[in-house]
Parts: sequence; structure tokens; C-alpha cells
Amino acid sequence: MKEVFAGAENIISSLGFTCEENICAILEGRPGIAPDVKHEYSPESLPLALVERQRFGELSGGLNRKYTRLEKMFILSVKDSLARCGVDASAPDTLFLITTTKGNIELLDPAQKAAYGKDNIYLHGMAAKITRFFGNPNQAVVVSNACVSGVLGLIYGQRLISSGRYRNIIVSGGDLLSEFIVSGFLSFQSLSPDACRPFDRSRNGLSLGEGCGTIVLSEDPGIFAEGEPVRLAGGAGSNDANHISGPSRTGEGLYLAIRHALRISGMDAKAIDSISAHGTATLYNDEMESKAFCAAGMENIPLNSYKGYIGHTLGAAGVIEAAICLQSMKRNLLFRSLGYHDHGVTGNIQVIRQTQEMPVNTCLKTGSGFGGSNAALIFQKM
Amino acid sequence: MEELIQKLKEEIIEVLNLEEMEPGDIDSDAPLFGEGLGLDSIDALELIVLLEKNYGIKIEDPKDGRKIFFSVRTMAEYITEHQK
Amino acid sequence: MPLLIRKYCDIRKQRVVVDGKKVFGQEDDAAARLFLKSVYRHFRIDYPKFFKMDGLSKLGFLTAEILLGDPAPAQIHAPENGGIILTNASSSVDIDKKHFDTIKSREQYFPSPSNFVYTLPNIMAGEIAIRHGMKGENSVLISRQFDPELIVGITRLAFETESLTFCICGWVEMNDEHYESLLFLVGQDDGLSDGDKSREDIIFDPLNLMKRYKAVNEWKN
Repeated sequence: MKEVFAGAENIISSLGFTCEENICAILEGRPGIAPDVKHEYSPESLPLALVERQRFGELSGGLNRKYTRLEKMFILSVKDSLARCGVDASAPDTLFLITTTKGNIELLDPAQKAAYGKDNIYLHGMAAKITRFFGNPNQAVVVSNACVSGVLGLIYGQRLISSGRYRNIIVSGGDLLSEFIVSGFLSFQSLSPDACRPFDRSRNGLSLGEGCGTIVLSEDPGIFAEGEPVRLAGGAGSNDANHISGPSRTGEGLYLAIRHALRISGMDAKAIDSISAHGTATLYNDEMESKAFCAAGMENIPLNSYKGYIGHTLGAAGVIEAAICLQSMKRNLLFRSLGYHDHGVTGNIQVIRQTQEMPVNTCLKTGSGFGGSNAALIFQKM
Repeated sequence: MEELIQKLKEEIIEVLNLEEMEPGDIDSDAPLFGEGLGLDSIDALELIVLLEKNYGIKIEDPKDGRKIFFSVRTMAEYITEHQK
Repeated sequence: MPLLIRKYCDIRKQRVVVDGKKVFGQEDDAAARLFLKSVYRHFRIDYPKFFKMDGLSKLGFLTAEILLGDPAPAQIHAPENGGIILTNASSSVDIDKKHFDTIKSREQYFPSPSNFVYTLPNIMAGEIAIRHGMKGENSVLISRQFDPELIVGITRLAFETESLTFCICGWVEMNDEHYESLLFLVGQDDGLSDGDKSREDIIFDPLNLMKRYKAVNEWKN
């Protein structure tokens, strides 16, 4: 079984188009969530974390019109990642692994669909366009598993390299906001009227966001241009087996995923230096997570949610937030959990109140999502 | 009121996909949630949509839902009170 | 660590086929929704939540129900360590279209939560997990067509984590009422007899999966 290394990360979000831009905003405590005053995505002017339109237009201007907005975003993100490592995207031993919940869902609108091929509404069609752009000969693996897609995608990437199937895997997760998505969450009454506040006593719902994140996985630590490479030690998934949209009240499912991830990585809870939780800021999710982390003996480990900065980016969340974890580890910084002031969950977890310097050698990233899924992965410095 | 209650029963069966039920199976005063029909949180949200779509009534505070949707009769009473 | 196909269930072309034998079929050309209801009734399944599901979840649920049903395979123990790995090509497109229709105009804007919750392809895995108490690893992957290499590859890697005792894996596809479902119950070779099946034939590998997928072409009666 080979060791797997992660790096060359890119983030496109409401905070910017590179890791540097995103981290800069995080260090300034500057969230990307703002009211949708144009009512583009719903009859209400909800707080949303949108990718900046004009700049995106400029950056993607060179790309052919035949690519949808989301495909352009994937391509930009992967391009930036490839510039930071020596991976040959067109090699047969390189695989693309795409994670998304709704892909090009706006193509359900016949007016939009007209401009693209009939396959483009399908996730495999979208993925094929991306791999073709980079000249990759393999069919992409596409994971579509609600909000855990990104974390699960990274876990599968790690296993595929560890077992010798591929040498390099480009894991890229993306989702864009649309009327389709926003209307659905409105019907769930799960959206906060202001910027979300994970783990806070006054939290009252999530803030939707969009973006794309890319992380390159490789068996060769020397392939990364910047910084010390970090190992993706392992991970696991689980199901609450409780309800299709509400998290389990006990947190048992997430606890199982964490326990398996620790066992697979050969670590125990004490070895974890920081936790990037799912932290959507709904009443039940955050409560459930706090119970799971405490059950796993992690109540004293500094923990945050990044959703106070970038919102909930759905199929991109796992990859984007894992990329922020990598940045946290490379910079030895614990980032403040934005939106948290008063402790609002039963479990006595240590939510990070301010950004601080601290050696971060290991990091646990978790995700939970509709369908009762949970996933947990562990990064570790060499 | 009885006419409205009957209509509501039919609508509830339809929007909540209670396939194997007839309006006669639903007791007008029995709790809809908890023991009654065993409806869950998604069903509660769906009833909020029903009120808006079929009766033009928008529930401002979802927490009021518990009282309004206690039984078919309480739903009917709420509609009668608030329908324009 | 060889993995074996313990049992498989195939729902296509108005039939339900288990381990190669037809156990239910209809001759008429009923719509998918009606056919699936007939399957539900025929197997006397008592699970009212079935009627709340979208077409894709109904299809996946029924296939898994029959797969794990009577007679229950002897190898199913500790369902909480059971995994679910499903694939399809069209994600949840049928219910996606339904949801889209409810928001087409701002004047007639009534998004339905019970529709929207199904606009994710992994919800069918969630329904299966809830029904059978399966808390192991679960995921949905999208591929252009039935891809046995993908299914076998991802499932094998999941078993290597030593967290699963068995797994339901395969293909559950629905698009505009065209449906195809082929699920395998996979477990480790624990030496228990598999009746009259030749061992070579039940090894969990891409060839054996594709053989069963193509078998539909031979269904005549």
C-alpha cells in the first residue's frame, strides 16, 4: 500500500480565485456571504456566497463558449492546481475525480440547454468535457453524494492511489448556485436570514455558497512545487440509517466514520491537532456534530467551520474546506470559526474564537449530508 | 366547515403521498403528527406549501406550525380565519 | 481476499429476476410508476414510506428489499456494517425535472420539500440504509453506462478498510421512466456453501457482473 500525498490546492469561492486570495480574506475575517439584492436566485434577497462575476468573466474569457459556467470554473481551478505541481494531466496514470451535487442543472431550462450538447445535463457528460479539455484519456470518476461528495471523493482518491491503480489523481469539486438549489432550500426553511453562525447559540440556518476546489493527490511527494507535502492518511464513510434529510440526534453515524478514519490512519483521537467540521449552522447539524466529536474523545481539540466565510458550497464543500485545512497545516495557523460567539451546542467542543499560530501536524476533516451520509478524512504532515 | 375538512383530507392524502389511505381513514380531530398519521418534518413543510398554494395563506413563523397542523380540524379553522 | 456475489436482483423490462430466475413479471407495457407499485404489492412489502419516494428511490429500494428479503441470505449479519455503493448515468433527473417545474415562474413559485429532498441520487441509498439499518460506507457514483470495473473497484477498496461485512452494490438507473436496476449482494468468501453455484461463476469481478447485465438480452418469456 502506497502513501498518498496531497497538495497544489486551489480554491475558487466568494473569497477569491486562488488559495492566497481565500486565505487573505479569512485572515482579515472578511466573509464572502452577502445579500442577493438582485433577487437573482429567489424572490427573497437571501445572504449568499457568490463567486465574483466580473472577475470570473475576465479570468475565464479565454475559454470557449461551449463550456458552461461551472465547467469553466472547474477548468480554471484545475489549471491553477496543475501550475503548482508537476503532474501531467494527460497521462494515463493520472485520473480526474469530480465531485458535485447538481452539475449543470441550469440546463433543465430549455432556453439554456439549447446552447449545449444533449449530454451536458448529465454529470458524466460534464466530467467528460473537463477531462477532454486536459487531454486525459481516462473516464473521470464522478461522485455525487450530497454534501459529503468532496470528502468522499478525496477518500476514494487516496484509496485508488494507495492500491496502485493510479499515480496521480486530480480531485476537483464544484457546484454553482441556481434557482433550482436555492428554491429547494427555501422550501426546507433551513436558510438563515443573515450570514450563518456555526455552533453559535443564536444560529438559525445555513447560508448557501458556490465555488470549486481542487486538490492534487499523488504517490510522489516531490511532485508538488510549494511547501512540505501533506499525507492524506485515510478516511471512511458511514450512514446514520435514520432519516433522509435530518441528521441523527445522537451523532452515531458521524462518530462511526471518525472512528474508522482514525483506525485506518493508524491514529488515535489524541493525535489530531485540529478539526474542520461540517458546521452548516442549522440547529440539528451542529448539535449532532458536537455529540459525535465528544463521543470520539475530541472535545478538547480546536475545531472550526469554514461556512461562516464561504457558505455551504455543497458538492464543492469537502474539497474547498480540505484545501483550507491544507493551508492551515502549511502555515501552522488555526483559523477563527467565523460567526461563533456564544456556545450553542450540547457537546463541549472547542470552537476556535480567534485565528492563532499553532503547530498543525494533523487535521481531521468531516462532512455530513442529505441521505444520512457522513465522511471523515485525516491529513498528516510527513 | 365539514366540506373544507373533507377537501383538506383529500389534499393531504395527495400532497403527502398517503397512497393507501382514504379520507374516511383520517379522523378529523386526531393528531396528524406523533402517533396519528406519523408524519415527519418534511410532511410538516409540505403542509406549509399546501396552505400557501391552495389557500393563499403564508405562515410567517414556522413555529406556529405545531398548533395549526395539530389536526385536520385545526387546519380548517385556521384557514377559515385567515383566508382572504 | 476474494469477494463473492452472494445473490443478485435484476429489475428490468417489466420483470424481477433473482439469481437468474424470474420471480415476477408483467406482460403489459405499464408505466414505471405502476409497474413498481405492482412489484411492491406482489412481494407484500409493508412500508408506507415507499409511496413518498421518487421513482429512482422506489426502484433502488425494491431491488434491495428483494435482495435482502425472503429467504434472507445466511451471510447477512450485523447489518450496521453493511455498505451501499450504487451507480447510475442520469443522477436524479426525473425528479429534478419535477422540481424545476414547480419553480418555472416567480408567479407560480411553489417548491415542494418532499420533491426537493429526492433531487440527489444518493437519497435512494439513504432509503435503503434506513430500511435495513445499514450504517456502513455508502456512496453514489455517476458513469455514462453500466461500468463493472468502477463498481468492483470502489467496492473492493471499501472492503479493504475492514469496516464492512457485506455490501449492496450495482446500478440503479431511471430516466424518463426507462428503468434498469441490477444489484449485487457481495460478501467475503467465508467458506459457507453457496448451494449449487460454481465458485468461479460467483467471484465478484467485472466479467461476472457484465455477464449478468447482458443476460437481459436472453430473457424471452
